Amino acid sequence: MRAEFVASEVGNGLRRNLTMTLAVIITVAVSLSLFGVSLLVRAQVDTMKDFWYDKVEVSIFLCAKGSDTPSCAGGAVTAGQRDQIEADLESLRPLVQDIYYESQAEAFVRFQEQFSSSPIADSVNESALPESFRVKLADPTQYDVVASAFSGRPGIEQVNDQRQVLDKFFQLLGGLQAIALIIAVVMLVVTVLLVANTMRVAAFSRRRETSIMRLVGASNLYIQLPFLLEAAVSAGIGAILAVGGLVLAKSVIIDQVLAPSFQFTSFVGWDAVVGIAPILILVGIGLSGIAAFLTLRKYLRV
Amino acid sequence: MILFDTVTKLYASQTHPALEEVSLEIEKGEFVFLVGPSGSGKSTFLRLVLREERPTSGNVWVLGKDLSRLSNWKIPTLRREIGTVFQDFRLLPNKSVFENVAFALEVIGKPKALIKKVVPEVLEVVGLEGKEHRRPDELSGGEQQRVAIARAFVNRPKMLIADEPTGNLDPGTSVGIMKLLDRINRMGTTVVMSTHDAQIVDQMRRRVIELENGHVVRDQSRGVYGYVR
Ligand SMILES: Nc1ncnc2c1ncn2[C@@H]1O[C@H](COP(=O)(O)OP(=O)(O)OP(=O)(O)O)[C@@H](O)[C@H]1O
Ligand SMILES: [Mg+2]
Repeated sequence: MRAEFVASEVGNGLRRNLTMTLAVIITVAVSLSLFGVSLLVRAQVDTMKDFWYDKVEVSIFLCAKGSDTPSCAGGAVTAGQRDQIEADLESLRPLVQDIYYESQAEAFVRFQEQFSSSPIADSVNESALPESFRVKLADPTQYDVVASAFSGRPGIEQVNDQRQVLDKFFQLLGGLQAIALIIAVVMLVVTVLLVANTMRVAAFSRRRETSIMRLVGASNLYIQLPFLLEAAVSAGIGAILAVGGLVLAKSVIIDQVLAPSFQFTSFVGWDAVVGIAPILILVGIGLSGIAAFLTLRKYLRV
Repeated sequence: MILFDTVTKLYASQTHPALEEVSLEIEKGEFVFLVGPSGSGKSTFLRLVLREERPTSGNVWVLGKDLSRLSNWKIPTLRREIGTVFQDFRLLPNKSVFENVAFALEVIGKPKALIKKVVPEVLEVVGLEGKEHRRPDELSGGEQQRVAIARAFVNRPKMLIADEPTGNLDPGTSVGIMKLLDRINRMGTTVVMSTHDAQIVDQMRRRVIELENGHVVRDQSRGVYGYVR
C-alpha cells in the first residue's frame, strides 16, 4: 500500500515535470561521464606506469669515434675504461638489478631493424654508433644515484634515463586528467544547483498536495520521500547513461581504436571500468539526494 | 482539550500582536464559535492550536500536550487527532470525491482495505453517497465543503477545527453544513469554528468567544453573535 502510493506519486511527479527531469538526467549523465573519464585516465596512467617502469632502463652510452662531448676528448672508450665502468656498476648492486652490454655491432643491428624502411639505415656506419651499458634499476626512482656516479666520466658520452621521457608523457596525461576532473566538478556543481531548483519547482507545483498532507498529519518522511525518490531516480538514470558511455569508451575508443594502433603499451582493463561504475552511481545518486534533501528541508517545513 | 495560558502572538513583520495575553480553556465535547472582526486574531488562534505557528510567549496545551515541548517529529501525530476545514475547501481538483477523502488516509500509511471500508462510511455521514466518483468541479460549494469535512473526519479525530467553513456558502447551504458539524459534535468530537455568520451563531446557541484586536472581549456559554456595529 505505502510503496504503491509512493511509487505512483514518484511516477506522476517525473512525468509532470518532464523537461526538468530530462535536464537533470542529461546534466547528471554529462558530468558523471566526465568524472568517469578522468578516473579512467588516472587508471590508464597507473597501468602505464606499472607497465613501463618495469621496462625502463638507464642507458650509459660510451664514447665512440666521433663523439664530441668533453668527456670524450680522449677519443673512443678504451677497454680499461669499459671494464672499470662495468666493475663500478657491479658494485652498485642490489640497486642495479641487471646489466646488459650492447656492443657497436649489436647497436648497428638494432638500428638497422628500427629504421629498416628508411634510407637512414644505409647511411650510418657501424663505428659511429656508441656501445652502451643498459642498466635496469631495482627502484627506477633512484636514477640520480647512477647519473651522479657516471655522467661526465672520461669514456662516457652520456647517461640517459628513459623514465624522464616517460614522466613528461605521464605529466601530460595527468594534466588532461586534471582538466577533465575540473570540468567534471564544475558540471557536478551545476547538477547540484539544477537538482535544487528542480526540487523547488516541484515542491511549489505540488504545494496543494503537500499542504494537505501536512494538515492531515503525514510524516515529514512521507511528504518528502516522493520528491527524494524522484531526484534519485533521475540521477540514477543519468548515472546509468554515464556508465554506458564509459563502457562504450572502453570497448570502442580504447579496445578498437587505441589498442590496435599503440601496441607497444598496455591499456586499462575492464576491472577499472567495473571499479569506476559504482563510484559514478553512488556519486550521482548521493549528490542529487543530498541536494534534494537540503532544498526540501527549506521548502517543505512542518 | 485546548488550554491557552497567557498566550501572546506577535508576527515578525507586525508591530501590534495578533493575540495578546489570551487565556482560556475549551473542554472535551464542546462546540465553540470564535467570532470577531476581521484581523481580530481568530485564524491565528486556530493556527496556534495546530502548531502551524508558535506563540511569542505563553503556553498552548492541546489534547494534553504542551505544544512548546512537542518536538517537530511528533507534530504529525498531533495533527492526526485534529481534523481541519477551511473556507476555501482545499480539495485536490484532479482527484475524485472518494480519492480526496482516501488521500488523507493514504498519506498516513493506512492499509487499502481499511480505506475501502471507512471512506464510504464517512461519505454517508456527510451525505455524499452516490457522488464518490465526481470531481470537485462537478460539485456545488456546499458539497465540496462536505468532502472537506469528510476528509477531516475520516480518521475520527478528537477535535475538528474549522476556519470560516461557511464563508463561501449561501445561507441555505450554510445551514446544512452547520447541521453536519453539529452532528459530528454530537458524535463526541470537540468542534471549534471561527465565523462571521451572525445568523448561524444566534441559531445554534453554543459557546461564543469573541476576539477584538487580539483580546478576548467576551466568553459566553450559550451566546449570540454580538451587537451589530
Ligand atoms: N502570517 C502572518 N504574518 C504577519 N501577520 C499576520 C499573519 N497572519 C495574520 N497576521 C496579522 O495578524 C492579525 C490577525 O490575523 P488573523 O488572520 O488571525 O485574523 P482573523 O481574525 O482570522 O481575520 P479574518 O476574519 O479576516 O480571517 C492581522 O493583523 C493580520 O494582519
Ligand atoms: Mg481568518
